Amino acid sequence: MNFSMVRYIVGWLMLLCGALMMLPMIVGIIYGEKATIGFLISGLIALAIGFLVRMKKPKNTRIYAKEGLILVSISWIVISLIGSIPFIVTESIKSPVDAIFETVSGFTTTGASILNDVEALPKSILFWRSFTHWIGGMGILVFVLAVFPLTGSNYMSIMKAESPGPKVGKLVPKVQSTAKMLYIMYISLTIIEILLLLITGMPFFDSLCLSFGTAGTGGFGIRNDSIASYKIIHQVIIGIFMILFGVNFNVYFLLWNKKIKEAVKCEELRNYLTVIVVAIIVIFASVHGIYKDAWLALKDIFFTVASIITTTGFATADFDTWPQLAKAILVTIMFIGACAGSTGGGIKVSRCFIMLKTVLKEVHAFLYPNNIEKIRYEGKVVEHNVLRSINVFVMTYISFFIISFLLVSVDNYSFTSNFTAVTSAINNIGPGLEEVGPTCNFSHYSIPAKIVLTIDMLAGRLEIFPILMLFVPRAWKKF
Amino acid sequence: MKIIIVGCGKIGNSIAQQLRDENHDIVVVDNNAHKIDEATSTFDIMGVVGNGTDYGVLVEAGIDEADLLIAVTGQDELNLLCCVLAMQNENCHTIARVREPLYSRQQNIFKEKLGISMIINPEFASAIEMSRLLRFPTAIKVDSFAKGKIELLNFKVKEEYSIQNMQVMDIKNILKCNIMVCAIERSDEIIIASGTTYIRKGDIVYFLAAAKDTQKFFKKIGIRSKQIKNVLIAGGGTISVYLTRKLTEAGLNVHIMEKDKQRCEFLSEFLPNAVIVNGDAADFDQVLSEGLEDVDGFAALTNIDEENVFLALLAKKHSTAKIISKVNRLSIENMADDLEAGSVISPSKTAANYIIQHVRAMNDSLNSNVETLYRLIDGRVEAEEFIIKEKSKVVGVPIMNLKLKPSLLICYITRGDKYIIPFGDSTIEVGDSVIIVTTQKGLDEIDDIIDQ
Repeated sequence: MNFSMVRYIVGWLMLLCGALMMLPMIVGIIYGEKATIGFLISGLIALAIGFLVRMKKPKNTRIYAKEGLILVSISWIVISLIGSIPFIVTESIKSPVDAIFETVSGFTTTGASILNDVEALPKSILFWRSFTHWIGGMGILVFVLAVFPLTGSNYMSIMKAESPGPKVGKLVPKVQSTAKMLYIMYISLTIIEILLLLITGMPFFDSLCLSFGTAGTGGFGIRNDSIASYKIIHQVIIGIFMILFGVNFNVYFLLWNKKIKEAVKCEELRNYLTVIVVAIIVIFASVHGIYKDAWLALKDIFFTVASIITTTGFATADFDTWPQLAKAILVTIMFIGACAGSTGGGIKVSRCFIMLKTVLKEVHAFLYPNNIEKIRYEGKVVEHNVLRSINVFVMTYISFFIISFLLVSVDNYSFTSNFTAVTSAINNIGPGLEEVGPTCNFSHYSIPAKIVLTIDMLAGRLEIFPILMLFVPRAWKKF
Repeated sequence: MKIIIVGCGKIGNSIAQQLRDENHDIVVVDNNAHKIDEATSTFDIMGVVGNGTDYGVLVEAGIDEADLLIAVTGQDELNLLCCVLAMQNENCHTIARVREPLYSRQQNIFKEKLGISMIINPEFASAIEMSRLLRFPTAIKVDSFAKGKIELLNFKVKEEYSIQNMQVMDIKNILKCNIMVCAIERSDEIIIASGTTYIRKGDIVYFLAAAKDTQKFFKKIGIRSKQIKNVLIAGGGTISVYLTRKLTEAGLNVHIMEKDKQRCEFLSEFLPNAVIVNGDAADFDQVLSEGLEDVDGFAALTNIDEENVFLALLAKKHSTAKIISKVNRLSIENMADDLEAGSVISPSKTAANYIIQHVRAMNDSLNSNVETLYRLIDGRVEAEEFIIKEKSKVVGVPIMNLKLKPSLLICYITRGDKYIIPFGDSTIEVGDSVIIVTTQKGLDEIDDIIDQ
């Protein structure tokens, strides 16, 4: 276990975090807010600690899978702690547990809030909340890989640990070039969204924050009613971009290389779009009675489905008032989540569909015991170890879910609230149903429940195993 | 460069690692998903699972933009086919590993007709290395030019050599040897040789020569103290065959000890000039009875690594012969090196080294007209080969009338089958291959040798 290398990279990360806090500080200066000082202090604290931590360069720079996992989980905990400093220093959030909940919710792109009145917050704090979504979306260590000149090892283990999906591959042979490529695509898409929102007349600050929230598939709004009070055109643009950011970035890479045919052929993309269309149709059929205008209904349903399946969590309508079937479908797509290799959370479309195929194969095996059948996805045979890791992942995920659900239920809220609160935390969505519905928030939960939900959010974003590693004693031993 | 490596075995992994360290973009292709997993999680490279002769797989690996494809799977035919497919992309160079003796004898056809840049036969390459070690114990080959016909070698001048205190031009005039001294390393100084340069004791002399001239030259200057005449080889595998053929061609007396009777029959048929002994090399008494104490060279080339290392250790104890052992597994090779059991040669490592050298040269000459480029003496001297494709300022002019840059020497001209050591009245013609040795950096064209 190469702890000194882990420490060194975490040091870089703290420096990065400190530097990023200068952005909300600039926002604070522009709007002449008191919070500016808070960001200055927090930024300096992060820079100072980071500088101290990475002062001694490690001799052995090699890291392996184990270091990758540990590094990722430690990094996420560290940035969550550092990222919460501004909330506490500016006294926007008084309780440290709440501040950490809010920060983790930001970085993990959950978008679940404990704040009752976001409009009362300073602009710089609002900017920071949305900005954490943007950083966390593509992955903070991927950013470190893309930006800092780390050499001397194969950093694929870091990327594997941080990027979601059953099988993390590279776009180009070098990890660092892959990381750069991902960020270039990510930044480009974000800029396009900002421009589109600006052109259609949204104020600059709002378009920045909402684009960050969309890009990371986060969901922190800057108004108390989330997106509902924006113009319809803005809602549609955000809806489309949520879906775009939920697509596997490999598809964009193919498009970039003008391999349009292959991009369109992507099985996960097709599955993802199919799920979206089917969900919209079924919900539309069950909901239309509530709405007088069918187009408005369609717009709200489109937005809600996009927001939930990509695990963003923006809301234009209070779907808690929708019929049971609609709600059931929403909860189902909460679990399915976005594509692997996107910025979204959940179990991931490819995992779900590969599992479905496994079930089908088992059924076939009962019917025709002598048949040999291989499972294919994206035109390729899915290897046994990938299948196994998917099964194990889903089992672990369910166990984690049940334990969290039991712990959160201690608070004695309604079954639906607790169930959807954990669902929304572990899938990085944001809103749930009933007491955690789109018009409510998480502030009423007790401190222990909030801690459980915080861990759930981290576990969901990092796909559980890096977080589980922290609880395994052997991982901490040198030998 | 963007490099695709087909085959993730010992050679594949070894070149992938080294080339990645030299900052190339590497994609490996292998049928075995497990091997790909292992390689991609150890090195910072990308992997594609599939058959390298499937064009779709090659496209997935990025053949359209690749600069080089190296096919090093265990199957010759697959490697060759792979290279042929890769040439769909005209800019893609190819290297194939071909180990079947029959095929590798036709390598010139493969190179010329199929357009494969390099054919590497690990066993043959190892045999060449071994033969060089046995034949010229004092000389170290640096590299080869003109498709392997000309070698660049170096040796250290010792007291007993007659070349001491001679001028470079005396080699031609007095010794009548057709070799070209190009650079001399004297303590920390580098001298690009001219006719009047003196050779001193302790110098390391770099010279170019056709393979046949080297031996004559060594004889003339008195490097004969350890001239090897009798060689005993334990084991009669493919390398033994190649090595024996090389050695008997050079007039050496070779005995091969092989335990399989049938194989012995084959060897005897195939190698008429060697003595074949049916016996088990693992039985050391038999090896001793074959005259180990009297031979000048001993090569342990059985199929078992450990046996070779033991034999080498024992041979070292019983004789003063030059000892070589063959080791296949890289990890054992490192251990054997530590035991100082003579020279240890591993076919896959040798092949990997050859490939790496080729790639380096290719990379260096990618954006220039340099055909082959080698860096000598920690990169302080460059040896460059230019092919003269068209008429230019230097063509047709006697070399003495060319105003060359300082510290630059035209060393060798290959014209068709002729090897010319240039003198003042020699000229460079279109179609020649010219080797330049210089401390000047960044020569891209042959015209750059002229001092502007």
